[in-house]
Amino acid sequence: MDEDFIPVSRRGILAGGVATATIATAPASAQDSPQDRPPPSATTRLKVNGRTMTLTVDTRTTLLDALREHAHLTGAKKGCDHGQCGACTVLVAGRRINSCLTLAAMHDGDEITTIEGLGRPDDLHPLQAAFVAHDSYQCGYCTPGQICSAAGMLAELKAGVPSHVSADLDDPRATADEVRERMSGNICRCGAYSNIIEAISEVGGIKA
Amino acid sequence: MKPFTYERVATPAEAAAAALKNPKARFIAGGTNLLDLMKLEIEVPPHLIDINRLGLDKIKETDQGGLRIGALVRNTDLAADRRVRKDYAVLSRALLSGASGQLRNKATTAGNLLQRTRCPYFYDPTMPCNKRAPGSGCSALQGFNRNLAILGTSDQCIATHPSDMAVAMRLLDATVETVHADGRTRAIPIASFHRLPGTTPHIETDLAPGELITAVVLPPPLGGTHIYRKVRDRASYAFALVSVAAVLQRDGTGRAAFGGLAHKPWRVEAAEARMAQGPKAVADAVLAGARTTPQNAFKTVLAERTLAAVFEQARA
Ligand SMILES: Cc1cc2nc3c(=O)[nH]c(=O)nc-3n(C[C@H](O)[C@H](O)[C@H](O)COP(=O)(O)OP(=O)(O)OC[C@H]3O[C@@H](n4cnc5c(N)ncnc54)[C@H](O)[C@@H]3O)c2cc1C
Ligand code: SF4
Ligand code: FES
Ligand code: FES
Repeated sequence: MDEDFIPVSRRGILAGGVATATIATAPASAQDSPQDRPPPSATTRLKVNGRTMTLTVDTRTTLLDALREHAHLTGAKKGCDHGQCGACTVLVAGRRINSCLTLAAMHDGDEITTIEGLGRPDDLHPLQAAFVAHDSYQCGYCTPGQICSAAGMLAELKAGVPSHVSADLDDPRATADEVRERMSGNICRCGAYSNIIEAISEVGGIKA
Repeated sequence: MKPFTYERVATPAEAAAAALKNPKARFIAGGTNLLDLMKLEIEVPPHLIDINRLGLDKIKETDQGGLRIGALVRNTDLAADRRVRKDYAVLSRALLSGASGQLRNKATTAGNLLQRTRCPYFYDPTMPCNKRAPGSGCSALQGFNRNLAILGTSDQCIATHPSDMAVAMRLLDATVETVHADGRTRAIPIASFHRLPGTTPHIETDLAPGELITAVVLPPPLGGTHIYRKVRDRASYAFALVSVAAVLQRDGTGRAAFGGLAHKPWRVEAAEARMAQGPKAVADAVLAGARTTPQNAFKTVLAERTLAAVFEQARA
């Protein structure tokens, strides 16, 4: 998708909503459809951090782009845009997913929680507070995804969902090894892993 | 990404009708493979049929004593299902070794079976690839092919099927249930579901255009010790170089299927007759027809050693 954006400045994309997306994709769609016909759109009602919003977006809009560019919630980050880094992790109905590999249109009626909804600056989520206390980041780019992923992961562990390193599928233990395996979908280029594990372990009551 | 129209359907019949109306349409389930490929314009469907709300997200016991797994059951939920953990642990293990927690929460049973190869040239639209652009040639034959296939290959394509789950499904002799766009239903044994590349590497399964997978059915449990062993370049969040799914019985009999070696999960029933003779005898029979390149010749050794490790783990 980014290729289509080359003629437009990054700032232009961030500032715009539907209109920018239409302009930005015009070169690609020109050969497929008449110039005057905008690309197909879809309407989707998202409940984001408790607020319901109805968006009419280009069908190609991922949930990540809808959150960042239409709902103006820029906490979830675009790292790879291909499911390989976890920076875009959000919670949908409490379950962590990569928002870059799903369409906004597929989430009509869904409840979505982003890092902005997990806690507020004056009322931090325990994971947010623990990341600060344990110095669990350097540049911070992966952090919103790490924290949303950790929230989903701790819920999975609590529900007894096993992992690749669980010796007994029926009795996954809350260990640092489990946390490492379960958080492997979140890459940190700054390598803050050991402090990330400490913060999550503290909140999850896990011996690091 | 190319523009496309999008439609939500509520029943398998509606999905089939939509597919009949739009022959070039694709179903979208989790979207974790399809959207990845659409962003690279390797997949360019003009229309998407969203099948997430078909109600095919349940796991039910069959009259035969097996399980019917809805096509839309998420990989996490399948791996965590109590019955699967207890009676089909090899399937839980295979699922849990794949992708990441986030991806497994989205990925579906049918989508996982239908995920496309990870051959680096398939992913690079600037390079010839018979699978992506039929007749353009195969860049991998003379290129970077360290992680490509050694069994069942052709001179047109040496790609592997990247799924872990599919290897366990093959081991368990699962059946894929489908509904055609015209409403006819059928059941396809997993052994004949995925194809070898031959001269048509772009055709990967037995599915007809517009044919919807509704469920995957497991036969009654096999008992025994269930093991899935995956060897990869890093410990997590990576595709297999080689993997082995196995069910081993106390009397020395058993089954073994391999991932990372071929265009489909690889299982040689005749080789399983040698189970009692140990891993070397089985591996020799499985790997007899292997065609390797200097880069991927290590896979024959690795496959045998992985199977040996599986035998050892079962004895422990
Ligand atoms: C970074 C990364 C790492 C990964 N690592 C692994 C790994 O280690 N092991 C592994 O096994 N997998 C791995 N995967 C792949 C992942 O398992 C697949 O992307 C996923 O299983 C696909 O399921 P989906 O529901 O998202 O499919 P989709 O992307 O929705 O669909 C895939 C294909 O199936 C078709 N389809 C879907 N449902 C049906 C149906 N019911 N009937 C007919 N057609 C249908 C779609 O049209 C599409 O062509 C990885 C993926 C990523 C992005
Ligand atoms: S091995 Fe198959 S997928 Fe890879 S380049 Fe050759 S034809 Fe394409
Ligand atoms: S941006 Fe979604 S996983 Fe990297
Ligand atoms: S803190 Fe920089 S990528 Fe993780």
